[in-house]
Amino acid sequence: MGDLEALALLHDPVRRSLYDVVASRGGDVGRGEAADAAGVSRTLAGHHLDRLVEAGLLESGFRAPERKGPGSGRPAKVYRRAGGERSVSLPPRDYVTLASVLAAVVDELGAEEAAERAARAEGARIGGRHRGEPVERVLAGRGYEPFAEGGRVRLRNCPFHVAAEERPLLVCSMNLALCQGLLEGLGEEPGRARLDPRPGECCVVVEGAPVSKTNED
Amino acid sequence: MHLAQLNVAHMRAPVDSPELAEFVALLEPVNALADSTPGFVWRLKESESDPTATVVHDYGDHLLINFSVWESREALWNFVYRSPHLDALRRRREWFLRVAEPYMVMWWTPEGEIPSLAEGMRRLERLRAGGPGPEAFTFQDFYDASEAAHLPAAAEARK
Repeated sequence: MGDLEALALLHDPVRRSLYDVVASRGGDVGRGEAADAAGVSRTLAGHHLDRLVEAGLLESGFRAPERKGPGSGRPAKVYRRAGGERSVSLPPRDYVTLASVLAAVVDELGAEEAAERAARAEGARIGGRHRGEPVERVLAGRGYEPFAEGGRVRLRNCPFHVAAEERPLLVCSMNLALCQGLLEGLGEEPGRARLDPRPGECCVVVEGAPVSKTNED
Repeated sequence: MHLAQLNVAHMRAPVDSPELAEFVALLEPVNALADSTPGFVWRLKESESDPTATVVHDYGDHLLINFSVWESREALWNFVYRSPHLDALRRRREWFLRVAEPYMVMWWTPEGEIPSLAEGMRRLERLRAGGPGPEAFTFQDFYDASEAAHLPAAAEARK
């Protein structure tokens, strides 16, 4: 299925809502849990979730039952956001190739510090346009998918994933500089952003509890 | 198959100098982190009792060698780039000279066999001389174990 056809599936409000539920959990979500959160029946949720798997937007797997042995039932089907990415641009655009070439140039020149300075300045410009807004809202608007954990803001999604897989050291350093610049532009302490990478998430965390939510997990 | 990696770094000053002190202070926690990372198999240690002891070798003064074996690309990747190790890596210019040639090499090695340091240095030379291939490659130009397994070149390089 092509990108446009896959993304068009999300036009359906139920599918869109199920996709959002699964994506926002950052891990495996059962059919019943997704159905409850989206406010639809399990059967309908199952049908739409499987359509999203066919389209490559979600992946499915099975969670082993908690009790073992006879009577413990079948493993439960679970869903998570697919690792691959889908995008449509009209007219066609390709910034990833350009980013990759520029990253190679930075590497060859050993110009990492200049790249970080430029990223910080760009972050400050972006932040300046949102002065006074809470940082997590601005980060959410830029696709970082922030969530609260242990008194800090973690970021579920890396907006620069393809480039970061290719040159993690450069891209993660630039991303940190960008986030620090963003805080500076917002009128916050830039040092709140620091590196704390872990598998499957953005490498940056923002210290300090978010203002919009008080829940922690 | 397991994934072996070797990397070298040219220190700006002797390892016991004040310039390298902050790096040396990171050796114990970062090595402990490596040892406890899921998928870690082995690393070359100079001493079992002194966690700050760096590998002693004949490949030149001021050359720091790091040599380890992992269960998979993902395991090694998660340690190098998805752990507090990344922050230490970011600071590399404070302690090490910038080199234009490759400083890290990877290759597949049979499970249970620990490759020798001499083999690792040969693999690095091979990468530097001939570019990435199934017997000496990098994260950017990676070869799966299946691509590397039955190549005569890989068997030759182990000798």
